[in-house]
Amino acid sequence: MLTPQAEIIILASLVAVTCALPGVFLILRRVALMSDAISHAILLGIVVAFFYTKNLASPLLLFGATLVGILTVSLTEMVIRTQKLKKDAAIGLVFPFLFSIGVILINKFATNVHIDSDCVLFGEIAFAPFNRLIISGHDLGPQGSWVMGGILVLNFIFISLFYKELKVSTFDPELAASLGFFPVVIHYVLMALVSITAVGAFETVGSILVVALMITPPAAAYLLTNRLSRMLLYSALLGIFSAVGGYAMAKALDASIAGSMATMSGIIFMVVFIFAPERGLLAKLLFRKWRQWDFATQMLAIHLLQSEMAHAEEKEIIVSHMQDHMLWNSEYTSEVIAQCLEDGLIKKTGDKLSLTSYGREKAKTIISRPP
Amino acid sequence: MIAVDFLLNIFSDHTVRVVALGAMILGVTAGCLGSFAVLRQQSLLGDAISHATLPGVALAFLITQNKSPIVLLMGAALSGWLGMALVMAITKMTRIKLDTALGMILSVFFGFGLVLLTIIQKLPTATKAGLNKFLFGNAATLLESDVITMSVLGLLAIFLVALFWKEFKILVFDYDFAQSLGLRVHFLDVFLTTLIVITIVIGLQMVGVVLMSAMLVAPAAAARQWTDHLGKMVFLSAVFGAGAGVAGAVTSSLVIHLPTGPTVVIYISFIVLVSLLFAPNRGLLWDWIRAQRGRREIQTTAMLKNMLLFSESQTNPFHPHDIAALRAIGKGALNKTMLELKKRGLVESFAGNRWALTQEGLKMAKHLMEKYEGHLNAYSSS
Repeated sequence: MLTPQAEIIILASLVAVTCALPGVFLILRRVALMSDAISHAILLGIVVAFFYTKNLASPLLLFGATLVGILTVSLTEMVIRTQKLKKDAAIGLVFPFLFSIGVILINKFATNVHIDSDCVLFGEIAFAPFNRLIISGHDLGPQGSWVMGGILVLNFIFISLFYKELKVSTFDPELAASLGFFPVVIHYVLMALVSITAVGAFETVGSILVVALMITPPAAAYLLTNRLSRMLLYSALLGIFSAVGGYAMAKALDASIAGSMATMSGIIFMVVFIFAPERGLLAKLLFRKWRQWDFATQMLAIHLLQSEMAHAEEKEIIVSHMQDHMLWNSEYTSEVIAQCLEDGLIKKTGDKLSLTSYGREKAKTIISRPP
Repeated sequence: MIAVDFLLNIFSDHTVRVVALGAMILGVTAGCLGSFAVLRQQSLLGDAISHATLPGVALAFLITQNKSPIVLLMGAALSGWLGMALVMAITKMTRIKLDTALGMILSVFFGFGLVLLTIIQKLPTATKAGLNKFLFGNAATLLESDVITMSVLGLLAIFLVALFWKEFKILVFDYDFAQSLGLRVHFLDVFLTTLIVITIVIGLQMVGVVLMSAMLVAPAAAARQWTDHLGKMVFLSAVFGAGAGVAGAVTSSLVIHLPTGPTVVIYISFIVLVSLLFAPNRGLLWDWIRAQRGRREIQTTAMLKNMLLFSESQTNPFHPHDIAALRAIGKGALNKTMLELKKRGLVESFAGNRWALTQEGLKMAKHLMEKYEGHLNAYSSS
C-alpha cells in the first residue's frame, strides 16, 4: 500500500509526462497557445456535461470537454479562414468567449454544488488520494492515477503509431500533404489529444497550470537537443522533475501543489535557459568571448606573417608598435600576446615578437582560406 | 419610455455610476491600446502579461500587508512588466518562438501567483479576502478611489499614445522603415508594451487577470472590420470597449452571482460577431453579396453568349427559342437569369415560355463575345 504522499507524487509525474508528450508537438508546430485556449474552453464542456449528469466523476465530462476542445480549434480556424482577423486575434477571441460562458454558467447555476471556477482554474491534487478506484472490493489506488495513466497510454500509442506522420507534418506540412499523410487529420487528432489531456489534468492541476506542464518542459528540452525523439524523452524527464520538485516545494512552503509544479517547471526552464550546452545563455556568452580571443590571436599571427614576408623594418614586430598598428590598448595587447605565447603561436625575444613554425603554418592556412 | 426610466433609475444609483464610469475608462483605454496590439499581431501578449500580474499582486500584499489598490496595482505592474521583459529576452536569445514564450510566462507566473495566494490564505491576519476578485474581477466592489486611480492611469496612457501617435503608427505598419528613419524602435517597442501593462493593471479589479486579454483584443478586432484608418479604428475600438465595459459592469453589479469579467466578454464578443458579419465592405455578409452578384453576372453573360450562338444559326437573329432548348445548354438558376436579363431589356419573352434576344441584347452579346475573344487571344499569344 502506497502512502498518500507517494500516490500524489506518482499522479503528479503521470500528469507531467502526459502533458509533455503532446506539448512537444504544440511548440514545434508553433501552436503552443492552442493549449491555453483549449484548457480554458473545455470548462464549458465540463460544466454542460456536469449539468446533464450531475456527477463530477462521469466519463461524459471527459467526452463533453474533448468535444468543446475540438470546437475551440475549429471555431478558431473558421475565424482565421474568413481572413478578417489574424491567427493570434482569432485565438484571443474564441476561447475567452467560450470560457466566459462556462464561468457564468457555474456562477449562476451551480453555486451550491461541488464545482466552482476556482477548482477548475487551480485543481486540487491533494484531494486525489481520497477518490479511489475500487473494483469488486479491491482498492486499486486513486482513480485520478488510472484516468491519467489511461490518457498517457493513449498519447503514447498515438505518438508511436504515427511518429513518422507527426514528424513530417510538423516539420514540413507541404511534404506531408504530398506524401498523402493528411496533415489536417493529424492536426485535429493531435488537438483532440491535447483536449483529452487537458481535461484529464484539469482536475489535478487546473486549467492554467496544464499549460505550464504542456509548454515549459518541452521548451526547455528544445534548448537541449535537435532530435525529436530526444526532445520527447527530455520533456518527459523534465516534466517529472517539475512534478517531484514542485511537490517538495509545496510541502516546504505549505502552498498549492499545482502552483508549485508550474513554478518548478519555470525554474527548471530558467536553469536550462542559462546553462544549456550550446544554446544556453552562458554557452553563447563564452562562445562569443572565445571568438573574440580567437580573432585577436589570429590577427596578431597574420600581422607577424605579413611583416615577415615583406621583410619589414624591425620595429614592425616590436611589442609597443603592435598596439598602434592594431589599435588595441596596451593592456589588451599584452593579454593577446600572452594568449598567443600560451597557444605556441609566437615567441618573444626581448621586446621583439616572431612566429613559431606552428604559428607560421597556422597563419598561412588562415590567409589562404577562401573567403 | 420604460427603458429610459430604467436607465435613469440605474444611473441614479451611486454604486452603479461608479462602476459604469470605471468600466468606461477601462473600455476606452483598452480599446485604444488594444488596437496597436492587434495590428502588431501581438494579441496574446496581453494574455501573458495579465496572467503574469498575479504574483505581483500577491507579493505586494505579502510584503506590505496592505490591501490598498495602489500598492497591489504597483506590484501587478512590476510583475507584468517583468514577464514581458522575460518574453522578449527568451525570444531574442533563443530559438524559442513567441507563442511558446508567452505560454510559458503566462502559466508559470500564474502558477507562482497561485503559490503565493495559498500562502496568503494560511496567514493568521485573515485579510485575504479581496484578492480573489483579481481572478475574474468584481465590479460591484469598486470604490470611488479605485475609479480615480483608474482614471489617472488611463488618461496618462491615452495622453502618451496621442503624444507618440506618429511613432507608434510607423512602428505598427512598417517596423523596418521606422528603424531606417532612426527611430529608437526597441525603446518604442518596450514603451508601447509598458502602456499595455498599465492598461491591464487598470482592468484587473474590473475584469480580472484571466479575461483581461479579451478586453484588449476584442474591441480592436471588431473596430478593424469597420475601417482601414488607424485613427478611426482606435476611436471605434475605444467606443466598443467602453460600450461593452459599461454594459457588462452594470449588468453584473445588478445581477447576483454574475462575475464582471465574463459578462463583459460576452457583450464584447457579440460586438465582434456583428462586426465580422455586417461591417460595411469587410463584413462576411458583403462578401456573400459580392459573390452572389459575381455569380449572377457570370450566369447572365453565359446565357447571352449561348443565345447569340443560337441566333447565329437562324436567319432571323430575333427568333424566339423554347426554354427547354436554353436549359439544355445553360446551367444554374435559369429562370432567375432570364428574368434578370429581361429586366435589363436584353431579352424578351414570348408565349409558351419562349425567349429571344432584343436589339440591345444582340449588341451586348456581340460586344461581350468580342471582349471575351480579345482576352482569349491576349492570353494565347502571351
